[in-house]
Amino acid sequence: MNPPPDRRALLLVPAVLVLLVAFVGPVGWLLARAFTQPQPGLQNFQAIWQRQGYLQVLWNTIEISAMVTPICLLLGFPIAHAMATGSPRLRRWLVFIVLLPFWTSLLVRTFATVILLQRTGPVNALLIGLGLTAEPLPLLYNMAGVMAGALQVLLPFVIFPLHAAMVRIDPAYMQAALTLGARPMRAFFRVYLPLTMPGLLTGATLVFISTLGYFVTPAMLGGPHQTMIAQLIQDQIAQFGNWGMAGALSLLLLLVSGVTLLLLHVTVGLKAAAR
Amino acid sequence: MTGDGMDLWRRLRGLVCTLVALYLIAPLVIVVIISFSAASFLQFPPPGLSLRWYVNLFHDPAWTDSLAVSVQILIPSATLATLLGTAASYALVRGRIPGAQILGAALMLPIIVPAIITAAALFGVYRGLGLNGTLTGLIIGHVVITMPYVVATVSSGLRTMDPRLEDAASTLGAPPLAAFRRVTLPLLLPAILSGLLFAAVASFDELIVSLFVSTARVRPVAVQMWSNIRGDVDPTIAAIASLCFAFAFLALLAEGFLRRRSGTEGQR
Amino acid sequence: MTQPVLELSGIRKSYGTHVAVETVDLSLDPEEFVTFLGPSGSGKTTTLMMVAGLQQPDGGTIRLGGAPIERLPPYRRDIGMVFQHYALFPHMSVRKNVAFPLEMRGMTRPVIQRQVADALELVGLSDYGHRLPRELSGGQQQRVALARAMVYRPALLLMDEPLGALDKKLREQMQREIKRVHRERRISVLYVTHDQEEALTMSDRIAVFNRGRIEQIGTPSELYERPATRFVADFLGDTNFFPGIVRASFDGYCHVDVMGCPVEAMAPASVATGAQVVVAVRPERVRLQSGPGLDGRLIEIIYLGASRRSVVRLADGGDYFVLQPAGAAEAEGPSPGAAVSLGWDRQHATVFPG
Repeated sequence: MNPPPDRRALLLVPAVLVLLVAFVGPVGWLLARAFTQPQPGLQNFQAIWQRQGYLQVLWNTIEISAMVTPICLLLGFPIAHAMATGSPRLRRWLVFIVLLPFWTSLLVRTFATVILLQRTGPVNALLIGLGLTAEPLPLLYNMAGVMAGALQVLLPFVIFPLHAAMVRIDPAYMQAALTLGARPMRAFFRVYLPLTMPGLLTGATLVFISTLGYFVTPAMLGGPHQTMIAQLIQDQIAQFGNWGMAGALSLLLLLVSGVTLLLLHVTVGLKAAAR
Repeated sequence: MTGDGMDLWRRLRGLVCTLVALYLIAPLVIVVIISFSAASFLQFPPPGLSLRWYVNLFHDPAWTDSLAVSVQILIPSATLATLLGTAASYALVRGRIPGAQILGAALMLPIIVPAIITAAALFGVYRGLGLNGTLTGLIIGHVVITMPYVVATVSSGLRTMDPRLEDAASTLGAPPLAAFRRVTLPLLLPAILSGLLFAAVASFDELIVSLFVSTARVRPVAVQMWSNIRGDVDPTIAAIASLCFAFAFLALLAEGFLRRRSGTEGQR
Repeated sequence: MTQPVLELSGIRKSYGTHVAVETVDLSLDPEEFVTFLGPSGSGKTTTLMMVAGLQQPDGGTIRLGGAPIERLPPYRRDIGMVFQHYALFPHMSVRKNVAFPLEMRGMTRPVIQRQVADALELVGLSDYGHRLPRELSGGQQQRVALARAMVYRPALLLMDEPLGALDKKLREQMQREIKRVHRERRISVLYVTHDQEEALTMSDRIAVFNRGRIEQIGTPSELYERPATRFVADFLGDTNFFPGIVRASFDGYCHVDVMGCPVEAMAPASVATGAQVVVAVRPERVRLQSGPGLDGRLIEIIYLGASRRSVVRLADGGDYFVLQPAGAAEAEGPSPGAAVSLGWDRQHATVFPG
């Protein structure tokens, strides 16, 4: 197409400039600090490896992400399925219900979760009223709180890729399985579920990587045993001014995310996932 | 499909859907209700109804100042993000640029990389430039964070548009700028406005970058909320949360309307 | 001698290692209707795109009205183009679509209004000016596309398989429409299609494309009766290809031994004695006879309404076809199972290298 491609490439320049100057540059600067502050070398990584507290936080982070992911998948699967195979009206409602929290700020939702789960809150009131428990349950400032808050935020990240994958599955596959003699449950596990695998893996990766970097959720809903790496990074900067350590921790966080993305690319292919 | 398995599945699915739907919506509804509470603590259900927390919101300089800052950040950053993002999307989708896919992925990085890293990085670099606690610094940060949303939305809109339309305009005598103005832009407008909405909401809700770059004097609403929640809490916070929620709600409705207008409904 | 409207010399284009257009030379006279015909991937659409300016040739020149245009972008070439899927601007009414090129040329409002009304009347859609494209049927949309491409009286009209998306009845109707507009406006047309019937009925000349080159250019009857290559003989209409060996070669014709039977055929290029060839004869030129000829057995007679196709199996086990109009076939003719022999007049047969 005329004009020659060169002229249109100019349109990219402002965006790429902003990206380089205001994002790649600063992030690179931060990561470089890991190797240069307070002295050049790998001391920061050594320190992380040696400090029990740091390792505990790293472990927390991975543990929380690893626990949230399967629960998200389990809860999100039926909803995605209802969206893909239900009536258009049902689908519109579900899309709205899933999108609404998605558009609402993380802070507002986390705050709402605090109100919901506090000792004098409606959930405890309901549980006591139903006679399921005599005393209000501690649902906040612990793992349960973090889970509850994170799930709220992460469900859309599972539901949308899953839905996209499900919509692409030709109903003829299940029909063929049934006419070939498979009972519905078996057909589901042997035919349908494997076909949703790309969507499942994409959703799982998105959830896992998002959770790794969480700051607000563990800060507001978690207790000291749920401290995550983002809070550690913030501490290092705000309290200790230790940019080297902050850089090192950031680098670690990126590495784990990168490896997870690589796993996704190897199993599903990033191009397929991007759809 | 009949059979015991399918019925059980259907009922289970219905149950899960209902529970999850409640779980997703209930907290927001509760916050809105508490914002009208007559009591001065976060009790649910509230003992009575009152508008005093909303009134308080608009009389407390901490809140009005932060709302002003939020708006002062939102308008320039959403506009810039939309301009830059739209131009980049057009170049990536229509221009024949080698490595367009990689560039497209690179433009998405700011929402893939955890916000804490971006925030810390900007804060650190700003220190040397004196940009912390300034509107400029906040605007730049918000442009970086919100531009990917625009790129995603506008690219998607461009891809669903028939490229032959621009070819036709060209054979009919339209130079590239006229073809863009008369043919591409009107058809792309819903996607561009969608992107603008996304960018606006993302900027208004943005916390982590703002947290690092703000100071006590220059802080957007989100940061003000954050410090309030950590301190003494009264339903004013529920009032502002409800307003944020209302903003998101309206934006969501507008975006749905735009999508239907451009005829891409069902293409989520 | 009037100057050609369009001249293509040595046009070529490759995508990486794939050669889309090997070489194309062609000239189009004023008011001529020339069709590019060929299978998909033969280079016909790519060549058209290069004439339009939507693709760039790797080499060669394109002259429009004598002036070279291969460096000009599409919006500076005096051409009109009709696309296969119409490419009507969905956000503009029919009237606005047709007015668009006139606005691009900076014409005044009253002039535009008049010319748009003219163009809409030409295609029979005068009352549809305010409608949006999505409110129109496929045929109507195509007519709007035609009006839009012609309203500014370009020197050359390009059409890229414009009727491909329409059903058969509508296609035939639109073919007549296009021919009518072509005659009334006396415009030169370059038409691309893979449908040989369409090419035969509409064109003044046809250029048959195969694998990036033009195998033959000529009038429909030239191409049909005197195909220059086996491909053209095969692509246009039905053809029988009888395998044989050349026995004797003369000036313009030759004797060939087909399955033991001596036959005669035209030889467009000289052939060597002993060469392996195929003798191409159209089914309607093959005679079912009882005397000496190619011996075979009548397998079945297929009913085609206005004609009958007889399937004859010959000694080599292959099935060959004879086409007869209904009247002639119903008169005394052999029935399935009978032994028959085939013959033809020399001028209706052509040999090609086999």
